[in-house]
Amino acid sequence: MRNPIADKCAEIKPSGIRKFFDIVSEMKDAISLGVGEPDFDTPWHIRDEGIYSLEKGRTFYTSNAGLKDLKIEICNYLKRKQGITYDYNNEVLVTVGGSEAIDIAMRAMINPGEEVLIPQPSYVSYEPCAILADAKPVIINLKAENEFRLTARELRDTITDKTKLLVLPFPNNPTGAIMERKDLEEIAEVIIEKDIYVLSDEIYSELTYKGEHVSIASLPGMQERTILINGFSKAYAMTGWRLGYACGPSEIIKQMTKIHQFAIMCAPTTSQYAAVEALKNGDEDVKEMRTAYNQRRRFLMNAFKEMGLECFEPYGAFYVFPCIKEFGMTSDEFATRFLEEEKVAVVPGTAFGDSGEGFLRISYAYSLENLKVAIGRLERFVNKLRAEQKK
Amino acid sequence: MREELLAIIEKNSRIELKELAVILGVEEIDVVNELAAMEADGTICGYHTLINWENTSIDKVTALIEVRVTPQRGQGFDNIAERIYKYPEVRSVYLISGGYDLLVTLEGKSLKEVSNFVSDKLSTLDTVLSTATHFILKKYKDHGTVLAKKPVDEREMITP
Repeated sequence: MRNPIADKCAEIKPSGIRKFFDIVSEMKDAISLGVGEPDFDTPWHIRDEGIYSLEKGRTFYTSNAGLKDLKIEICNYLKRKQGITYDYNNEVLVTVGGSEAIDIAMRAMINPGEEVLIPQPSYVSYEPCAILADAKPVIINLKAENEFRLTARELRDTITDKTKLLVLPFPNNPTGAIMERKDLEEIAEVIIEKDIYVLSDEIYSELTYKGEHVSIASLPGMQERTILINGFSKAYAMTGWRLGYACGPSEIIKQMTKIHQFAIMCAPTTSQYAAVEALKNGDEDVKEMRTAYNQRRRFLMNAFKEMGLECFEPYGAFYVFPCIKEFGMTSDEFATRFLEEEKVAVVPGTAFGDSGEGFLRISYAYSLENLKVAIGRLERFVNKLRAEQKK
Repeated sequence: MREELLAIIEKNSRIELKELAVILGVEEIDVVNELAAMEADGTICGYHTLINWENTSIDKVTALIEVRVTPQRGQGFDNIAERIYKYPEVRSVYLISGGYDLLVTLEGKSLKEVSNFVSDKLSTLDTVLSTATHFILKKYKDHGTVLAKKPVDEREMITP
C-alpha cells in the first residue's frame, strides 16, 4: 500500500507535553502544576449570555468573520486598552481560539521557503504551524539573563533577506516574561528597518503584574505590519469556548478570512454571544482574577527564594519558570523524578523549545491551598536532591 | 492594600501574617499596622468561622422575621432596632426598603423557642405592628460559600 501520510506532517515532532501527559494520566493520585488554563470558571454573567443565546435559538452560522456586535466590541476593547483603532468591517476576524488565528495568519502570509522567526521558549504551536505553512521556522533562543525578553540584537542577528514574519509571544507562556514599551520600541526599529511583519500573540495581555500590557501594534509605524492575536480563554477563563480573534491590515485579514471561511466557516455562535457580554461587562472579573494570580505569583516567588531555587521574577501570564541547573539533571529527568517521587506534575521547559533546558514551567492557575501542598513537596524534593549531591 | 487585604481576610481570617505580607507584596509590619488600624476604627468588627451546623449533632433553627414597625418621631427606626438587637438570640437586624421595615434573623434551639420569642417578646413591643416568620429549611450557600459540595478540578492534568 502507498504511504498515506504527507512527509511534511510526519516530520513534525509530537508535542513534548503529550509525552508527559501520558505518564501523568497513568498516575492516579498525582497533583498537577501543569495546566495552561485558568482555574476559575467562566464568570456567570458570561455563561448566562451563552445559555440565553441557546434559549433564543441562535444556533445558526454567523457571518464568516464573526458577529458584527462582537467585532465592534473587540474594536472598542482594543481602543480602550491599547489605544489602537481598527475598522471592525475589514480589520477583524473572529477565530476558533487564538490557535486558529496563528495557523491561518501564517498560511495567509508565507510563501514556501520564507523564514518565520520564533523566539523560544514559547507556546508549542508556532513551529508546527510555520512548517505546515511551508515556511522555514528559525528559532531565536531567548536567554535567562535577559529575563527571556527578545532583544533588538538577537532579532537583528537572525534576520536574513528571506525573513518574512516575527512571532512575538508576550506575555509569554511558559516563561511568564513580558516585553515593556522600551523593549518593544527597540525591536520595532529593527522590524521597520528590515521590512518584516509581526504576529503578536497577546493572549495573556490582561495578565500582567507590572503596569499595563503594551501592544507592539500601538507603536508608530507598527500597526500596518502587525497581526494582533488575542482571545477570551485566559482573560475571561473561557478556554473551552474556543474563541479568539485576529486584527490587522485589511489585505491580510481578507486572505485569512478566506482560509477561515473554507476551513472553519465561522467561530461557534454561542461563544460569540457570550464573548460580547465578556467584553462589555467583564472588566471587573478580569481585575479580580488578576489580583488572585498576582497573590499566587508572589507566594511562589517567595517560596523559591526561601528554598534557594533560582528564578527570575516573571511579570506576566500565570507561569513561573524556575531554573534547576544546579541539580545536574535535564528538565525531563527532573520532572520525571519529581512526578515519580513526589507525585507532582510540572512541565519540563524543553517542551517549549531547546532553550527551555534546565527550566521547569510551573503554573499558578491553582488555588493558594493547592499551591502550598505542591510547593511543600517541591521543597522536600529539592532538599533531597541537594543531600544526594553532597554524598 | 486595604481593599485587597480585606478581600483576603473576609474569606480566610486565619491566614498567617507572614503569608499575608508575601501575597500582598508588602512588609509584615505594614499588615500588622493596617489590621490594627482597621480593628480600632471598627472596619474589622470580628473574625468569625463559617460553620455548617447541619454536619453536627447540634440542633439549631434559624428564622428570618419580617417586622413592620411604627417609626418614632426624631428617632426613626434606630431606637426600635436597638430594642430588638439587644436580645442575644437575635443574630442580625437590617433596615430594609420595600414592603416591611426590619429584617431580623434569629437563632434558637427549636421551632418552639423561636415561636415563643416572636409571640412573647417581639410582637408585644409597642412599636411593632406585625411580624412574618420564615424558617430556614436548608442552607445551600452562606457568606459566598457553597456549603453542599467541594468543587472538583475537572481540567486535564497537563495542557500547553
